[in-house]
Amino acid sequence: MIPSEFEYHRPGSIAAALAVLEEHGDDARVMAGGHSLIPMMKLRMADVPHLIDLQSIDELKGISVEGGKVTIGAMTTQHELITNDALAAAAPIMREAALLIADPQVRYMGTIGGNVANGDPGNDMPGLMQCLDATFSLHGPDGTREVQARDFYEAAYMTDREDDEILTRISFAAPKGGQAYEKQKRKIGDYATAAAAVIIEKASGKVASASIAMTNLSDTPVFSEAAGSALVGSDCGSDAMSNAVSAMLGDIDPTEDNRGPVEFKKHVAGVILRRAIERAWSRA
Amino acid sequence: MGKQIITLTVNGEKHEVAAEPRELLVHTLRETLNLRGPHVGCETSHCGACTVDIDGKSVKSCTMFAAQADGAEITTIEGIATPDGMHVLQEMFREHHGLQCGYCTPGMITRAYRLLQENPNPTEEEVRFGIAGNLCRCTGYQNIVKAILAAAAEMNAAREAAQ
Amino acid sequence: MKDLEDRQERIDNLKGLGCSRKRVEDARFTQGKGNYVDDVNLPGMLHGDFVRSPYAHARVKSINIDAAMALDGVVAVLTAKDLEPLSLHWMPTLAGDKQMVLADGKVLFQGQEVAFVVAKDRYVAADAVELVEVEYEELPVLVDPFEALQSDIVLREDIKDEKEGAHGARRHHNHIFLWEEGDKDATEQVLDEAEVVAEEMVYYHRTHPCPLEPCGSVASMDKINGKLTLWGTFQAPHVVRTVASLLSGIEEHNIRVISPDIGGGFGNKVGVYPGYVCSIVASIVTGQPVKWIEDRMENLMATAFARDYWMKGKISATKDGKITGLHCHVTADHGAFDACADPTKFPAGFFHICTGSYDIPVAYVGVDGVYTNKAPGGVAYRCSFRVTEAAYFIERMIEVLAIELNMDAAELRRINFIKADQFPYQSALGWEYDSGDYHTAWDKALAAVKYDDLRAEQAQRVEDFKAGKTRKLLGIGLTHFTEIVGAGPVKNCDILGMGMFDSCEIRIHPTGSAIARLGTISQGQGHATTFAQILASEIGLSADSITIEEGDTDTAPYGLGTYGSRSTPVAGAATAMAGRKIRAKAQMIAAYLLEVHDNDLEWDVDRFVVKGAPERFKTMKDIAYAAYNQAIPGVEPGLEAVSYYDPPNMTYPFGAYICVMEIDADTGEHEIRQFYALDDCGTRINPMVIEGQVHGGLTEALAIAMGQEIAYDDMGNCKTGTLMDFFIPTAVETPHYTTDHTETPSPHHPIGAKGVGESPNVGGVPAFSNAVHDAFRAFGLRQSHMPHDHWRIWKIANDLGLHG
Repeated sequence: MIPSEFEYHRPGSIAAALAVLEEHGDDARVMAGGHSLIPMMKLRMADVPHLIDLQSIDELKGISVEGGKVTIGAMTTQHELITNDALAAAAPIMREAALLIADPQVRYMGTIGGNVANGDPGNDMPGLMQCLDATFSLHGPDGTREVQARDFYEAAYMTDREDDEILTRISFAAPKGGQAYEKQKRKIGDYATAAAAVIIEKASGKVASASIAMTNLSDTPVFSEAAGSALVGSDCGSDAMSNAVSAMLGDIDPTEDNRGPVEFKKHVAGVILRRAIERAWSRA
Repeated sequence: MGKQIITLTVNGEKHEVAAEPRELLVHTLRETLNLRGPHVGCETSHCGACTVDIDGKSVKSCTMFAAQADGAEITTIEGIATPDGMHVLQEMFREHHGLQCGYCTPGMITRAYRLLQENPNPTEEEVRFGIAGNLCRCTGYQNIVKAILAAAAEMNAAREAAQ
Repeated sequence: MKDLEDRQERIDNLKGLGCSRKRVEDARFTQGKGNYVDDVNLPGMLHGDFVRSPYAHARVKSINIDAAMALDGVVAVLTAKDLEPLSLHWMPTLAGDKQMVLADGKVLFQGQEVAFVVAKDRYVAADAVELVEVEYEELPVLVDPFEALQSDIVLREDIKDEKEGAHGARRHHNHIFLWEEGDKDATEQVLDEAEVVAEEMVYYHRTHPCPLEPCGSVASMDKINGKLTLWGTFQAPHVVRTVASLLSGIEEHNIRVISPDIGGGFGNKVGVYPGYVCSIVASIVTGQPVKWIEDRMENLMATAFARDYWMKGKISATKDGKITGLHCHVTADHGAFDACADPTKFPAGFFHICTGSYDIPVAYVGVDGVYTNKAPGGVAYRCSFRVTEAAYFIERMIEVLAIELNMDAAELRRINFIKADQFPYQSALGWEYDSGDYHTAWDKALAAVKYDDLRAEQAQRVEDFKAGKTRKLLGIGLTHFTEIVGAGPVKNCDILGMGMFDSCEIRIHPTGSAIARLGTISQGQGHATTFAQILASEIGLSADSITIEEGDTDTAPYGLGTYGSRSTPVAGAATAMAGRKIRAKAQMIAAYLLEVHDNDLEWDVDRFVVKGAPERFKTMKDIAYAAYNQAIPGVEPGLEAVSYYDPPNMTYPFGAYICVMEIDADTGEHEIRQFYALDDCGTRINPMVIEGQVHGGLTEALAIAMGQEIAYDDMGNCKTGTLMDFFIPTAVETPHYTTDHTETPSPHHPIGAKGVGESPNVGGVPAFSNAVHDAFRAFGLRQSHMPHDHWRIWKIANDLGLHG
């Protein structure tokens, strides 16, 4: 497996990277950790005449937790997400989810920006970002704009990001309440058969708010407002969970693949979601 | 595309090599620098046979272009041994029969090396999780895990003795 | 007392049989200094790469190589047209069929080799592959062997009118052979009259050995000297040399085949692949060395698969559980060409070991081989030829019979085991089992896991499940397997006419060290360590003073290679026998040195001692020196021996495995709580190596049973071409194994050893699979096909109505 020829660019700033993108248009593509893109290039399923390696852009790195707001540079690796104690304190679900992504080597290279930006429905972070109601910052030739994760995904590998834009950072309010990321996969390193991100706030023994998103059960991550609403006001008991699961099942649209047929995936989606809700509630 | 000159510091030695942008790091190491320890097993970053250590991270060198490593410090299995002899991990793999055909071994030891740097006192479960990016078809991992735990114990004992 | 201690010290110093000697291979492997085929680099070496078919069945209308040839750095593009004048566009398979080297008019499976590009490096070769323009006309595809036997679609047009194949009559254009063993009429009569009959279709799915190192070769034709050197991933280098000679017309002494270090074989590297042939031809054509290394996708899609046996079984018994007969019909999907790696006379390998560990008075087996639009192969993936299929079949049938009889499956096994006093045992399907003590092994295994407690816990779990207290089920997977390994004997077993003996050649150096060369080749088994141990015990030199070499046909004696656990039973025997020849000559030399008659000497660990005068002795080291510096009347100088060993029988290792598995009925996830493996491989040469082999084989069994498959869609597209989808467990999915043993030596093997490398796969697959089945037995499950990945386990539960 050998990729086609390409020209390699390693700009040192966002501005420089945007300039290369502008110059080469559709022929150029940015690369973060490369662990999704490089295998595709080796299989010659992705043709990238101009490859823009973002590793030297310091502006894209770092995690900050300030005043209840979490900001993460797009080039922050999964490994850094896992080992950052401030992040773990502010949003423990980030570490929990990142540990379920790929394997140690891939987590040293794989970045949150790459994970959310390439639009692979199998990636874990997009669903989690929707659950957290995160905001993505996109830098383009006309400046910066911000898009909510919940509005970002259009279809498999299709997002709101324009070809001449770079996703530079992710921010979200440190979540309140109990959090859980639950994932069924065939083995270490696999994408989810089904995964659920759940955050529940508790007040006076009842669910005050709930945010629920699932992964790899549609051609985009699935944030289900209805599933969250089904829990609000309840004691998060069996009936409420069933209502949440029913709502979620109405929003997902899995397809058959080597992980199994549609019926199985729907069943597992319900089981995994229920487990995530139970765990989040127990932590709320 | 023409070749570009890139600088790699490999096992403590600085090299300037000419490589096409698309050249995979594993090929640069194996063919240009004649370091045949990293092996190609799956080519899609699943097996870890090509694992090397880059700037303190375990990396699958079949899924990295040499150009990405320009300026980096790389350690391969060939650089793990000390001037005094084999690294404890290498000795323990032999002692506990942690290898059979040897194909996964360089990547496995290189990965274990970094794992023990980050977590000098791992549990069995942590070792298993920590080497989950490296596949072995021969050993069933049981003796690999044993070897890594034994190496950790030896390294810790040596550290304590030194203090 | 002191003498005894001295003697024990001398024994220990040998590091011979029974010693967990550390491996001599490990120093190079742990330091990255192995020498695998892709490590071979020669001046001026070119690289080959294949254009492969995207279709499972298509006519090749045209191939245009102009654009590829125009690419800078491309040296040649070979197609079938280029190979035809050399008669190399097709090649014989090990199974008596022939296989296209490059597509000759049509392609028959996805990934089939269509053209071979040769370029200055692998990057340019890969670019050129993209530039070769092939025009295909798609043809209808057959992926189901049952459909293939009914269909009008002709797959093999080259032999469509041939009514006779290599193994007898063909009854349909997609039929390869019907192979039968046993007494069909008598078996059917027993079944008709039986008190109880259990009937089941048992499918052992298609999978792949997938060693971590893919296949490859480097061919270097020296036109000046007329010598061809071929490095490659060959589990049988000598046979490859013979085949290369027959195909190329180059005389055998002018071909040197070298198997360097091999990164795992597991059966994948027994066969001859188009890549080997093309690298040779390309080197001859270009005059430069040519390397071909396949990638993982090519490995999984185009080199030898394993299994794919549809086994329809009937087993009969009395009401109290005594088995009276076994009937089996197999529909064997061989893919596009019959490239099975079996001894010539056995097109279904040793599948007729399928009466297993049980005393079954009458049996019949019939196997229909069928062509489909899938990759060729049918290799023994970490097993002796088709023995995993046989063991899986009988161990499933026993479980199904236990259900039919409403009997405990452990007890059903116990009452049907061949008894220790029945050995040597003649099976209904023609084998003579050499030795065994199944009851002892079984009782030890059941006691070790506290079997009765497990059953009680399981019963409670079923109650709890039904009461809604848990969603997890407990499965207890039992297996008692009997392997058959170590082919020869030559009178029955050959590969392409080459008798399946093996060999060892020993040379003792004057200073008392030695080199031994064998016809086998290690792929991780540690031959350099263990064969030296056999020899150490035979000749009294320390294993540390003995070098073992294999894999170079210029230096090693002819042998049939390493697969089917044959190295220890056959080459290990040759080693012992050659050692004994050394000792016989050494005795004469010692007698001369000690001035006594030969018969006055006795062997003691590492020396010949004058009987009754233990202070008068000559060590093997002394003798070795004398062999080179003394003129001994009637004795030639030097100390060398060679043995070609033709085993009188195969060996029959066996074992008892028990797997305890927790299964989540809702998600299909599982956890292996306990795995106990008792192996009896006869005399144990190196317990450490044996244990390692068992761990590895069990993990391959885990993979196969729980998820690993080569799957195709209806169009014949391979759905499992990368390690994303082709399941190989990591350290996390792999459980901790408990190993144990009994030791029943083989009566006919010089040191009583039987072979062990493949037992854990043979026994492991049914143990894992039976655990899954057993978990659902209380809810009515009889049979569900592997692999038991999450969704298939979920489907079992769903079909049984366990999801409410």
